[in-house]
Amino acid sequence: MQAIKLVDNFSTCTLKSVEMGTLELKQTLTGHRGRVWNVCWHPKGTYLASCGEDKTIIIWGSQDTKWAVKTILTEGHTRTIREIAWSPCGNYIASASFDATTAVWDKKSGQFECNATLEGHENEVKSVSWACSGQLLATCSRDKSVWIWEVNDDEYECAAVINAHTQDVKKVRWHPNEEIVASASYDNTVKIFKEDAADNDWSCMATLSSHTSTVWSLAWDKSGNRIATCSDDQTVKIWQEYKPGNEPGIVTTNNESVWKCVCTISGYHTRTIYDIDWCKTTGLLVTACGDDIIRIFKEDGDCDPHQPTFTMVCSMDTAHSQDVNTVQWNPTVPGQLASASDDGSVKIWFYNE
Amino acid sequence: MNSTLENINPRLYRKADEREVTANDEDEDIVDEFDAREIFDLIRNINDPEHPLTLEELNVVEQSLIEIDNKANTVRVMFTPTIPHCSMATLIGLSIRVQLLRVLPSRFKVNVEITPGTHMSETAVNKQLADKERIAAALENSHLLEVVNQCVRMKS
Repeated sequence: MQAIKLVDNFSTCTLKSVEMGTLELKQTLTGHRGRVWNVCWHPKGTYLASCGEDKTIIIWGSQDTKWAVKTILTEGHTRTIREIAWSPCGNYIASASFDATTAVWDKKSGQFECNATLEGHENEVKSVSWACSGQLLATCSRDKSVWIWEVNDDEYECAAVINAHTQDVKKVRWHPNEEIVASASYDNTVKIFKEDAADNDWSCMATLSSHTSTVWSLAWDKSGNRIATCSDDQTVKIWQEYKPGNEPGIVTTNNESVWKCVCTISGYHTRTIYDIDWCKTTGLLVTACGDDIIRIFKEDGDCDPHQPTFTMVCSMDTAHSQDVNTVQWNPTVPGQLASASDDGSVKIWFYNE
Repeated sequence: MNSTLENINPRLYRKADEREVTANDEDEDIVDEFDAREIFDLIRNINDPEHPLTLEELNVVEQSLIEIDNKANTVRVMFTPTIPHCSMATLIGLSIRVQLLRVLPSRFKVNVEITPGTHMSETAVNKQLADKERIAAALENSHLLEVVNQCVRMKS
């Protein structure tokens, strides 16, 4: 009798770990010359922007289920365009460039034109992000600083220069619902900043330390209570916010939240992880890796939220023929995602559970 | 110029002989995979940034410190700065990386690292050489690109 019971236990264990999904390639978009660094979906999910070392931004639109070039934006930058970001209203695109400037493009004249150039960083601008309100922009640079810009009637004014990191800052990303911004750096940390209501000063409210090498990217979950980070140390980490008076009794000081690393996903990626995105509709995590693979992770349904576990549900070998630089879920079409690579292509995928 | 040299009197090493051509090399039916010697031949004649000598002559690169895996598409090159506080280490590593990026097929992932224990800022230099974004930005700097091209250029 005892032997039969053991076998039963074993079979329930194995059943849980094998629910793999598939990633289906829908289309390969070619048009850039050289490496493509970044892609960004329009908030309605109907357009996709991409940028790269050819100093152009391509806006792709969907026609009869096929994606095609709608517009190519040129002459906004004199060097590589590292990242682009659509404003929450979908009427503006901000572009961060190695030429040390950030350009803001709008369609007031009927077609996209660069009508503002934000200057101030000492060298390469690595990332740009819009706050949910559309009233604030954040940029970061190899000069180690994060800048906060206020938007007033198409005028952009620098509201803060934050020198909290000790090295090159790789990524800035705003909280999904609040005016809180997170930045990831070559100094191996992530920092979280918000404005102090008393003196209008932007200050660091938390430093997330655990990665052992460059943190390349980060993604907030839908609620803004969690952040996923990815690194040159080949791991993904999940961080949880604990507010003052939190239920598990995590100690907070000065009435500020603390952020704790509650999960490390290791052993899957074989080279640097360049980007990560957390789907706001499905909760799935996707990573872009220097081993040319796109991987998808799902949180286990029955796990303790303070000690979550994630299972890899998909691994797409040679998703690209060179490093995958970026991945992003479509904000309105669950399962659809876009990626871009050093191989010069942008790809549209669909994830089937 | 001489007064600013960091390593005034570097030790010189004997150069390797030319690669021997074997019968298999001439046989069109045999797949000729990349090997460590081939990678070595691609980087041995890179010029040192401050001496009129090659990286091979200064023993900065050696065939035995090159690893290649054709199946995994990986190449790992370790290089040994002539002195432990050499400020040219990043530039030398950058030149090796640029040469291999230009010459090898794009399927290869290239890692260029300092031979463990041979430089004071080994970790920092390795981290910088592994950061492709910073490499890309550096190569858009026309002055730096010119210096790298001078190192990589073969002497006629």
